[in-house]
Amino acid sequence: MKKKIGHGMIYLILFLLTVLCVFPFYIMIVNATHPTNELYAGLNILPGGSFIDNFRNMISRINIGRGFLNSFTVAASSTVLAAYFGTMTAFGLFEYKFKMKKAVYAILMLSMMVPGQLGIIGLFRLCRELKMLDTYWPIILPSIANAGTIFFIYQFLETTMDDALLDSARIDGCNEVQIFHRFILPLAKPGIATMVIFNFVSYWNNFFSPMILLFSEEKFTVPILMNNMNSGMLQDLGAKYTAIAISIIPIIILYCFFSKFITEGMMAGAVKG
Amino acid sequence: MKEKRAKWGLIFCLPFLITFLIFQLYPILYSLYLSFTYQENSRTFVFTGLDNYQDLLHDAVFWKSVANTWKIWLMCFIPQLVSSLLLAVLLTQYRIRRAGFFRAVFYLPNLVTAASVGVLFAALFDWQTGSVNSILQSLGFIEEKVNWMGSPAFAQGITSFIQWWMWFGYSSILLTAGITAISQEIIDASVVDGASNSQRLFRITLPLLKPTMLYVLVTSLIGGMQIFDIPMTLTKGDGEPQKSLMTMVLYLYNMAFKNKDYSYGATISYGLFIIILLFSILFFKVLYGKKEEA
Repeated sequence: MKKKIGHGMIYLILFLLTVLCVFPFYIMIVNATHPTNELYAGLNILPGGSFIDNFRNMISRINIGRGFLNSFTVAASSTVLAAYFGTMTAFGLFEYKFKMKKAVYAILMLSMMVPGQLGIIGLFRLCRELKMLDTYWPIILPSIANAGTIFFIYQFLETTMDDALLDSARIDGCNEVQIFHRFILPLAKPGIATMVIFNFVSYWNNFFSPMILLFSEEKFTVPILMNNMNSGMLQDLGAKYTAIAISIIPIIILYCFFSKFITEGMMAGAVKG
Repeated sequence: MKEKRAKWGLIFCLPFLITFLIFQLYPILYSLYLSFTYQENSRTFVFTGLDNYQDLLHDAVFWKSVANTWKIWLMCFIPQLVSSLLLAVLLTQYRIRRAGFFRAVFYLPNLVTAASVGVLFAALFDWQTGSVNSILQSLGFIEEKVNWMGSPAFAQGITSFIQWWMWFGYSSILLTAGITAISQEIIDASVVDGASNSQRLFRITLPLLKPTMLYVLVTSLIGGMQIFDIPMTLTKGDGEPQKSLMTMVLYLYNMAFKNKDYSYGATISYGLFIIILLFSILFFKVLYGKKEEA
């Protein structure tokens, strides 16, 4: 009996936390379906019928489609670079015994530990000198050196690497570059897949450096659009909630499909790290 | 043969090294140089040694931003550690049905764009039109609408709450993984030796979780000291009310990119770096001080 009560308490805590996690999103969706005057009047608990109107008002002020396209361009290309070059670096470090190996490893640690915002002003000035301001280059290119990805894939290679396979490939006349493309990339695929999802989400959500490095409105990513909408005087509350909802819902939908993969990938990474 | 192949290791690492040099190391050193200069105009910087750092030490707004950042971080991190430890223990020690579902739901707020979250909560906590006041009013908890973002204490509390909301699921997953990794043999042995549940928790689980907790602590410290997205979107960048949401990075941003004072902005970023470095080392020493290599 005592145990039953204990279990009941636990489920109650879990239930309350679940409500706490979901409720703000629920209110957001409900508010996105009500006209602004109803939102000013008071609380709405059930969805209304004004989503289409709100959506029309919202896209007349915010180019959210363009924002999505920009965010996708930046996030997708950064993710691909991080996965490809991350695996390449991890393979180079793992497989070969070269002179500067220890130094490269130390640099990797350094790159991982240094706070991201330490060099932001230097980066801004550098981009100005290289005429890279207001382009995607300084946002996308740094993902070639994504230390977290390199570490993760390195650990993945530790558990899956098959030296016999590589040797037989070499006997068959494969050079090292071919080995990387034909054997290592497929071998590391499960590890890469985990990193692709995590990196895509974090590049998609990236706010600080794009806000500093981009100036023209047609290049803005979704987080910048949200911030600007907020600091601008958008009185149309319904349209505002609609914009927030549109910026968040794709991630929630994606997560519905991948949540198991994501949380399990995280637990696997945490045990090794 | 092997010797000949060895050069490929370096070749495969070259893209990483070059990118690191250009986009990470050079900007960091450039910032360091800027922090020793005085900016005459947008192109000319005059070397002035440690003047900026002296100014920084006497800059009341900077110290206020340090205090704000710490307050917001502590008010978030302590509840975060307690709740995620509790969750991790509950979800592993008891047979909870749908534990995976709960983990997934608790992790959801972490994936959502922080800028959108900030804008959403700014709207929900709005004094006149926000849903929070409407809910509290219709439940009868308050009679007058509360001006949440007009009060420094509420504003900081709300920021810490949002940070907790975004991160407790994340750290509970890490701690769960840490608990699961504790070998079953040790646990079985303790059961054989007659250890009670609470003894097992305090004598075995928690001590063996130390490396995971240190990781959670240090990453949270590094992230928390750099908090920007939420205060920026909650306050439209000005850190009000009464500069209570002016965090270190928000101050850096305003100094460098609104006032265009790159030299002083760079000095702030190094002040921030020194604080992070000192406290990371301190926490590491405190947790691992007594030669207890796990």
